[in-house]
Amino acid sequence: MRYLPLTDTDRTEMLAKIGADSIDDLFVDVPEVARLDGPIRDLPMHASEMAVERHMKARAAKNLAAGDAPFFLGAGAYRHHIPASVDHIIQRGEFLTAYTPYQPEIAQGTLQMLFEFQSQVARLYGCAVANASLYDGSTACWEAVAMATRVTRKKRAVLSGALHPHYSEVVRTMAHFTGDVIADSAPAIQPEPDLDGLTARIDEDTACVVVQYPDILGRISDLTPVAEAAHAVGALLVVVNTEPVALGAIKAPGEMGADIVVGEGQSIGVGLQFGGPYLGLFAVRDPNHVRQMPGRLCGETTDAEGKRGFVLTLSTREQHIRREKATSNICTNSGLCALAFSVHMTLLGEKGLRELAAENHRLACLAADRLEKVPGVKLLNNAFFNEFTLMLDGKPAREIVRDLADRGVLGGVSLGRLYPGVEALEHALLVAVTETTTEEDIETLARELEASVKEVAQ
Amino acid sequence: MNAPNKSGWKPEMTVAEDGLHNGPETTTGNRALMLEEPLIFEIGHTETTGVDLPEIDPEAPSRLGSLTRSEPIGLVGLTEPETVRHYTRLSRQNYGIDLGFFPLGSCTMKHNPRLNEKMARLPGYADIHPLAPQNSVQGALEVIYELGDWLKTLTGMPAVAMSPKAGAHGELCGILAIRAAHEARGDAREVVLVPESAHGTNPATAAFAGYRVEDIPATEEGRVDVAKLKERLGPDVAAVMITNPNTCGLFEKDFREIADAVHEAGGYVYCDGANFNAIVGRVRPGDLGVDAMHINLHKTFSTPHGGGGPGSGPVVFSEALEPFAPLPFVRKHEDGTYELVEEEAREESRGQTFGRMTAFHGQMGMFTRALTYMLSHGADGLKQVAEDAVLNANYILRNLEGSLYAPFADSGPCMHEALFGDKGFENGLTTLDLAKGLIDEGYHPMTVYFPLVVHGAMLIEPTETESKAAIDQFITAIRSVAERAKAGDETLKQAPYYAPRRRLDETAAARKPKLSWQEPEG
Repeated sequence: MRYLPLTDTDRTEMLAKIGADSIDDLFVDVPEVARLDGPIRDLPMHASEMAVERHMKARAAKNLAAGDAPFFLGAGAYRHHIPASVDHIIQRGEFLTAYTPYQPEIAQGTLQMLFEFQSQVARLYGCAVANASLYDGSTACWEAVAMATRVTRKKRAVLSGALHPHYSEVVRTMAHFTGDVIADSAPAIQPEPDLDGLTARIDEDTACVVVQYPDILGRISDLTPVAEAAHAVGALLVVVNTEPVALGAIKAPGEMGADIVVGEGQSIGVGLQFGGPYLGLFAVRDPNHVRQMPGRLCGETTDAEGKRGFVLTLSTREQHIRREKATSNICTNSGLCALAFSVHMTLLGEKGLRELAAENHRLACLAADRLEKVPGVKLLNNAFFNEFTLMLDGKPAREIVRDLADRGVLGGVSLGRLYPGVEALEHALLVAVTETTTEEDIETLARELEASVKEVAQ
Repeated sequence: MNAPNKSGWKPEMTVAEDGLHNGPETTTGNRALMLEEPLIFEIGHTETTGVDLPEIDPEAPSRLGSLTRSEPIGLVGLTEPETVRHYTRLSRQNYGIDLGFFPLGSCTMKHNPRLNEKMARLPGYADIHPLAPQNSVQGALEVIYELGDWLKTLTGMPAVAMSPKAGAHGELCGILAIRAAHEARGDAREVVLVPESAHGTNPATAAFAGYRVEDIPATEEGRVDVAKLKERLGPDVAAVMITNPNTCGLFEKDFREIADAVHEAGGYVYCDGANFNAIVGRVRPGDLGVDAMHINLHKTFSTPHGGGGPGSGPVVFSEALEPFAPLPFVRKHEDGTYELVEEEAREESRGQTFGRMTAFHGQMGMFTRALTYMLSHGADGLKQVAEDAVLNANYILRNLEGSLYAPFADSGPCMHEALFGDKGFENGLTTLDLAKGLIDEGYHPMTVYFPLVVHGAMLIEPTETESKAAIDQFITAIRSVAERAKAGDETLKQAPYYAPRRRLDETAAARKPKLSWQEPEG
């Protein structure tokens, strides 16, 4: 067995040292009812590296990879080009095979990286402090709601209807058990988000308002009025961002008065990976809120010789110290994804991030202009960054998406899949465009969409 | 460290008073292969980039409304060679399994096979979108289903939820299903019982799910006190959470009896599967009366810890809890196709589900790695994994019990980890001092001060991927440090001497937190 260094001679010698006759003697505390007479049945026996590779490749070959087709999916996960050096660095064994940095003297690599990562995220979001990551954007969103209820000592969260429905669903699931009250609604199909409707739902009992930016339909709008309305009653504004590249082009949530900014960091450095692992980002604008934050925080300090070094800090918020009084139950987070994000962000720098954002927006504008010319297709958005909503003239978007896949085009995400049962959204298609999209891809989508809209029945 | 540095910060080389580093001071602060590295903010510039992208056309049409970001962001960039060097230098200040023995108890720091990495990077897995049309991702859904099947078979449990993102998220998944099951019966139970020796995530999870947490006491031999537990059971107890093997490194031999008693009292049994490596392929938790158990793929199934994640925490369920398991999940149809069941099919497929706990369907990148690992080992190899892990731990326990206080040495064989305490250390020396002494010897220390039931706890988990020679050398090293601690050797208080940093001031870090880079004033 290629991963097991002990030889039979070793095993015999070691059992003798222990004073056991056989390995079974070491499992004597397992009750009779749970003892087995050999390897577990119904599973294959061990296999060579070559055989395993064959097995895994056969399954991989059944999937249509994004890079092998014109590709326009987004809705919370975006395909961006990742520089080759990112993957090289995250595969270095010193990063890959390290644990959470509990022994800081021999974990300065991870710790300094986390300090840099926290600083990058805080700047990107226009906030004071970011943590060392959470699982993904959706769980970060719930953590933000939970934190807001701790800070304000109120129990009601108002969710924008244009928050990613999976994120709302996660918040609803958790709130059901914690007794927090969630007020939400489905997005209205209109060119601008209904911010007046949203602020009208804020009341004295509100702990926070949760708004996505850009929202699930790709729309963007100034959230300053929402921040003012929330602050007027002592509530916090939570802004959710699922496309960090956008923040290279549009105002930071912190600039508009957001108190907690959370999001999905997958776009930078992490890749699609069928939904995970991803990277939950979490930041606060007011440094006084730091002690209510969930998750790990890395801070600067000095060693016994006065040299600068980094440690995990403010651990009295966390489960391993505070147990049931912790701010969250999270332990393992997304360390290696944070590294990938940080390396990619370091390669980009401000200049690269702004250029990347501009290129995304340029291609998205091109695509919107071209697709709007397809008969029966209308663009919903007034403003957008790299994702927008198309209305398909009464045609079911789910079937159009499947039909496009059969034509070799991954054409977008149907809002019908995200909002089952909401009739108004069944004819809406969400289209994302990034720097990986070519003008030829856009032309292919326009051509196939035209054919598909014609052929798929109402 | 030769790069320009706009803040003027310069690493300083000082000579330790004990004369251990009495070589000449270097101009750079570097020590041969040990290279100091500034922060990116000290060496990078906002106008530098390591990615070639088209220049911005200021005349290009904009559909951003009035929201253009005009203020500086403050993100610095480096070119590719500078970036690679920065992170390579940082990496060399880290300890990892690839470098040496990493006996961190309850963390299962085993070798991470590189085949796993290669398979996870196949574009058919790495480059597919979570919302891709299901007819275009059948192979990926098959992998999730297949891995779920392995987990069910290995644990002897009928159902599995694949979406939890890590161990604590898996715990939450199990506890939410338990809560939903009680609610479905109109049974408003409020208490979850957790042993004192449990991981902090257990009580934190129960509280996060809205429960009140009460401790279960332990016996002197380091196991759950069954009599006291039975006394406490009643109509208000929703569940017990028990780690098995437990964090004292012992198998809870009365687990079945405990489970039966909990069930009789109308509660459910949650098993923390963090220590599954001790029994994988040899014992099926389903045979012990478990209702829900998470499995850390980043422990037992060798996916890398990555300096703190990502993990993956699938949860296996008993028949009683299956109806309450979360969405989405993968099911297989008779025609051999796979379906990702989402909210749309909630009513017909799993009407009592407690709902969704993450945006998509779990840690695919970890699934491919874990399945690759399972296929490599097979049923026979996994059994050998558990046996070698347990053998190595017992070998350490019996070799060290004369040198270090082993509170549960008489409680029978240990499982995959051995627990020691600091009794007998002189001159105020502590477990922390011993741990730092081990760093100088070239080891990552064991888990320290956990579990809380032993004073100055040291929890050593060697895993199965260490050779006997490596373990023998570790035994020699830790014995020597233990002897120094027992002799009251003052120099241990200053350890480590040879790490990239001496002891770090954690009190100062917490008192005045500096959590983000600030440009130096002036």
